[in-house]
Amino acid sequence: MKLITFSGPPSSGKTSVISKMIRAYLERGTKVGVVKFDCLQSNDDKIYARLQVPVLLGLSGQQCPDHYYISNIEDVFNWGAGIHLDILLSESAGLCNRCAPHIRGIPAVCVIDQMSGVHTPGKIGPVLRFADIVVITKSDIVSQAEREVFEMNVQYVNPRAEIFHINGLTGQGSAELIEALDGYTNDSVVTDNKLRYPMPMALCSYCLGETNIGARYQLGNLRKIKIPEENTGGSK
Amino acid sequence: MTINKYLKEPVESLFAEHPYAKDWLEQISCVIDPGDTLFDVLYKQRESFYVSQNMTARMIARQFEDYLQVMRDMLEQPVRAVKTITLCPGHGKTKEPEQFAPLTFHPGDIIAVVGPTGSGKSRLLEDIECGASGNTPTGRRMLINNETLSKDRKTRTRQRIAAQLSQNMNFVIDLTVRDFLSMHARCWPTANTGGRIERILELANSLAGEKFDMESNVAQLSGGQSRALMIADCALLSHAPIVLIDEIENAGINRRKALELLTGEDKIVFLTTHDPLLALLAHTRLVIKNGAIDRVIQRTKREEETLRKLEAADNKMLELRTLMRGGELLEDL
Repeated sequence: MKLITFSGPPSSGKTSVISKMIRAYLERGTKVGVVKFDCLQSNDDKIYARLQVPVLLGLSGQQCPDHYYISNIEDVFNWGAGIHLDILLSESAGLCNRCAPHIRGIPAVCVIDQMSGVHTPGKIGPVLRFADIVVITKSDIVSQAEREVFEMNVQYVNPRAEIFHINGLTGQGSAELIEALDGYTNDSVVTDNKLRYPMPMALCSYCLGETNIGARYQLGNLRKIKIPEENTGGSK
Repeated sequence: MTINKYLKEPVESLFAEHPYAKDWLEQISCVIDPGDTLFDVLYKQRESFYVSQNMTARMIARQFEDYLQVMRDMLEQPVRAVKTITLCPGHGKTKEPEQFAPLTFHPGDIIAVVGPTGSGKSRLLEDIECGASGNTPTGRRMLINNETLSKDRKTRTRQRIAAQLSQNMNFVIDLTVRDFLSMHARCWPTANTGGRIERILELANSLAGEKFDMESNVAQLSGGQSRALMIADCALLSHAPIVLIDEIENAGINRRKALELLTGEDKIVFLTTHDPLLALLAHTRLVIKNGAIDRVIQRTKREEETLRKLEAADNKMLELRTLMRGGELLEDL
C-alpha cells in the first residue's frame, strides 16, 4: 500500500484537492482510503464517505494534533493495509507551523492557498520546506504576476519541490499530480521509519493542562519575550 | 558544494556572481553587513533569527546550497524558443473523436475559441495550459516544437509555457504599481529589466481609459486598469510563450491594441470569446460544440470586410462612450 501525506494551513483546500484525486483514483479502479486528522471538529469525513471510500477521522482534542497524528499513523497504516487499500491518503492541518507530518520515503504533499498572499510561503515552515510536492490552490483568481511571484517564493523555501496548480472546485490540474504521485513506491513503510523533521516536545506547564496565569504557575522549559528596558514603561 | 568556495569571501563576491543569492538571504531576513563573509551571514546571525526560521545554521546552509544549485541548473539550461505548438485531436463529451487534422501555430498567431457557454472552451485552454498528453478528460495532446512537454516544463516555475488572463482575476496584494512590478521583475534574475517597468506602465495606460501611475495601489485599480496592467505585464515580464485569455470583452480596455501588444512580443494568443469583433481579430477560429472542436475556420476575405465594419462601429461606440463619460449629450450618430 502507498501512503501519501497531505498537509497545509487550515482552509487551504486540502479536502477539495483530495476529493478530486479520489474521484480520479476510483475511475481508474484504484482502491483508495482516507484518514483525516483534525483538532476539535470536522465534517470532512462525511465528504469523503459520500465518495464511498473507507474513511477514518481522528480528533486530537486536548492534544497537539501533530503529536496525535504521529502517535497514530502506524495503527492507521495497518488499518489501511488490513482492508487491502492500494492507496491511503492522510490529511492533517498544520496549525502552528512548527511541525510537519512528512515521513521519510513517503510522498509528502503540502497544499497552500494562493489567496493567502505572496509572503505566506516564507511563513509556513517545515510543512512546506520538507514537502516533495507543493500544490497551490485558488490560483485562477489572482493575476499571472502574483502567481509567478508566489511560485518563486515557494521555491525560495523549498527549491526542489515539484509545484502543481490545482483548482479545487473543478479539479483542473489533479491529473498531473496523480501522475507525479504514481512515480513513488507502492510499498510505503511506516514502522521504524522516521519523521523528516522533529516535532517540538511538551515544554512547559501549559502543555500539561495548566490554565492559571502568572510566573508562579510556569514550570519547565520556558521562552520569555525580550522587552527592551527603555520600553518597559515601568519605574525603576 | 557551491557555498564552500565562498564561505571565507565577502558575500559581495558571491552576490556579484549569483545575484539571486542575495534575494534568497533577504527573503529569510538574514542581517547582512557589508564586508561579512558568507560564513558570518549563515552561521553568525542572532539566535532569534534561527528561532524564527525554525532551522539550525546548518539546515539553512544546506537549503541555501540547494537553492543555488536549482537556480544554476535552471539558468544554465537554455530557454528553448517555442517555434511551433501543435494541437492533436482528442474527443468530445460523449467520447466521439474530434475530426480535425493536427493544428500547428506559430509565435504571433491569435486563435479565437468560440461556442455556446458550457461547450468546453475553457477546457481547451486548460489542455493547453497543462500541455495535455492524453491525460486530460478530452484526451487531446499538445506538442511543442513537435515534442511532448517535458516534466520540467510542467512543474518548474520559470519553465511554464502558458500565462493566463481572465475576467475573474484580481490583484490581491497591497502594493504600489512600482513595488509590484519590481517584485515581479525579480522572478527573472538574468533578464534585463531596465526601463521595462516604466514601459509596462506606459503601455497599460495606453490600453485603459483613466490614467494611473507608479504610486497607485494595484488592489485599488479599476477593473479596466487592472486588466490593462495585467496584459502589459504579461507581454513584457512573463516569459511564457503562450497567453490564454478567457473572455475579456467587458474589460473596458482597447482590445485590439491589447492583442497587438501581446502578438508583437511574439506570444501565441488563445482567446475564448463571445464577441464577433474579437473573434474576427484572430486568423484562426476554433468552434467548440459539445466538448469537441467541431470546426476550424480560417478568416475569409469577406470576414475581413465584416471586421472592418465592426471596427468602425466599435470606434463609434468608443467615441460615444467618451462623450457620455465627459457629460456630453449623445444626439448625433
